Amino acid sequence: MSNGIVISANKLTKRFGDFVAVDHISFEVNKGEIFGFLGANGAGKTTAMRMLCGLSLPTSGLATVAGLDVYKDNEKIKKSIGYMSQKFSLYDDLTVKENMQFYGGIYHKSNEFIKNKTAFILDQLHLQKEANVLVRSLPLGWKQKLAFSVAIFHEPEIVFLDEPTGGVDPVTRREFWNMIYQASELGITVFVTTHYMDEAEYCNRVSIMVDGRIEALDTPAQLKKNYGAASMDEVFLKLARKAVRAAD
Amino acid sequence: MFILLGMPVVQIVIFGFALTNEVKNANIAVLDYSKDAATTSLISEFNASRYFDVEKNLVNYGQVGKEFKKGKIKLAIIFPPNFNEDLQHFNKAQVQLIADASDPNVANTLTGYASAIIIDYQNRITSNRKLPYTINTEMRMLYNPQLKGAFNFVPGVMAMVLLLVCTMMTAITIVKEKEMGTMEIILVSPMRPQIVVIAKAVPYLLLSVINIISILLLSVYALEVPINGSIFLLFFESILFILVSLSLGLLISAGVASQQTAMFISLVALFLPTLMLSGFMFPIENMPLPLRTMSNIVPAKWYYSIVKSVMIKGLGIKDIWKETLILFGMMIFFLTMAIKKFKIRLA
Repeated sequence: MSNGIVISANKLTKRFGDFVAVDHISFEVNKGEIFGFLGANGAGKTTAMRMLCGLSLPTSGLATVAGLDVYKDNEKIKKSIGYMSQKFSLYDDLTVKENMQFYGGIYHKSNEFIKNKTAFILDQLHLQKEANVLVRSLPLGWKQKLAFSVAIFHEPEIVFLDEPTGGVDPVTRREFWNMIYQASELGITVFVTTHYMDEAEYCNRVSIMVDGRIEALDTPAQLKKNYGAASMDEVFLKLARKAVRAAD
Repeated sequence: MFILLGMPVVQIVIFGFALTNEVKNANIAVLDYSKDAATTSLISEFNASRYFDVEKNLVNYGQVGKEFKKGKIKLAIIFPPNFNEDLQHFNKAQVQLIADASDPNVANTLTGYASAIIIDYQNRITSNRKLPYTINTEMRMLYNPQLKGAFNFVPGVMAMVLLLVCTMMTAITIVKEKEMGTMEIILVSPMRPQIVVIAKAVPYLLLSVINIISILLLSVYALEVPINGSIFLLFFESILFILVSLSLGLLISAGVASQQTAMFISLVALFLPTLMLSGFMFPIENMPLPLRTMSNIVPAKWYYSIVKSVMIKGLGIKDIWKETLILFGMMIFFLTMAIKKFKIRLA
């Protein structure tokens, strides 16, 4: 199962009335892979991600996540995935510890599990002293790292990260990516959207969405070679300029 | 722009014409034991006045109580036997006015008008006689003999507080989670959306029950407002109203994206109509037809009338089943709408 496919999409499409937000996208993600999902604003990244998370039903096409069908088993999928959105998503008015207890609780984890895991994460993030501090008073970088730890608290097979490092300084971003690598080493598949092209280089494979379609999908090195570009930034610009749809 | 220009017009119309404490065309019942010339002409005086409409002619005293229970009449006039004879022989006669004082303001106004009509009649027939006729008016304030204002505002405050706590707070907390982004996290978790929504509503249900208990304790022990009916019925109806308010809150929260909007909608769409159209501040009977029709969709109107019936008049379920049914229907309606909207967001 080390190289099994955990996410597969086949001509996955989402329409809102006349507007085709996601237009027949097909791709596969392997277990433990860090899969970058790139695209300009309004290219359809978030919509595609929401379909894979079971938050929204596709209009047509097929997709399985963790071996489960997104139409029939969208409630079951939720058990095997973690999710962190671009909006900061912990409870500001709960303490660090309470947040972890809460998320452990909504994933039906045992008290024993929650206790051990909380201690482990506090240790890992060096947050033991802040365990009983309100999340509101933590610096943004710490909050993001905590949010990521909470997203994989229940040890999901796949974690979806929607622009997880928005507004975070480069040092913290580096640390954040170290956490992503650690998770990947543990066998957690990471599906991440980002606007930072240097981050795209950290991914095992990258797909670039333009106007709801996947225009390119390969390893960063291969993409640069194919497009004769020196950096991912250049690759992205070459592709994104083709867009006819206005960014929102 | 429309709001800026339209608001003064609407307000003048509403406050000028619709929301007056003046009572017009109140339904009254007459129990006439004499049926003679004097009573007949007095009754027609009442009928001719724009304040009263004689709705029912009763034949015995037992019917008076029944009519009040039905809530159709606001005032009953009772002429004893031999009204005219007493007037002619002794220059003196008696008439009894019984008013529904569960709304003390209306009761006061109506008995005032009625006395004025009687005195007017008395003066007219006296005008060319040496010895004046005297018609003694005996008044009885049903349900609220001391005309306490608390009898009116306790049910009103109950409706208001429950609506405020349940609707506004439910709407705001759910929308807050949406704003914070935590709602999305909960929705991607294995928690079922229905459970999430119920979990959000339960604290406010409990809070509201505590609120009812404290309001009732205060009104019974501090304001001396009695609870004449069944306290269980009162609680049952209150919980029904709480559920209506909660579902309304859910409906609002499903439709809006920011806390401010949720607050604004709760205030404008609920608080003001509740204040003006529930019958708590201004009697509904006097409003023009459009407003009267509108008042029917205000849940608080029905709850207010239920609380008054149970608490003040001591009525049982068989007298308020209609109101109960309406509230029940509203709950189902709001709840299905809210769930539907929630589902659309997910699809």
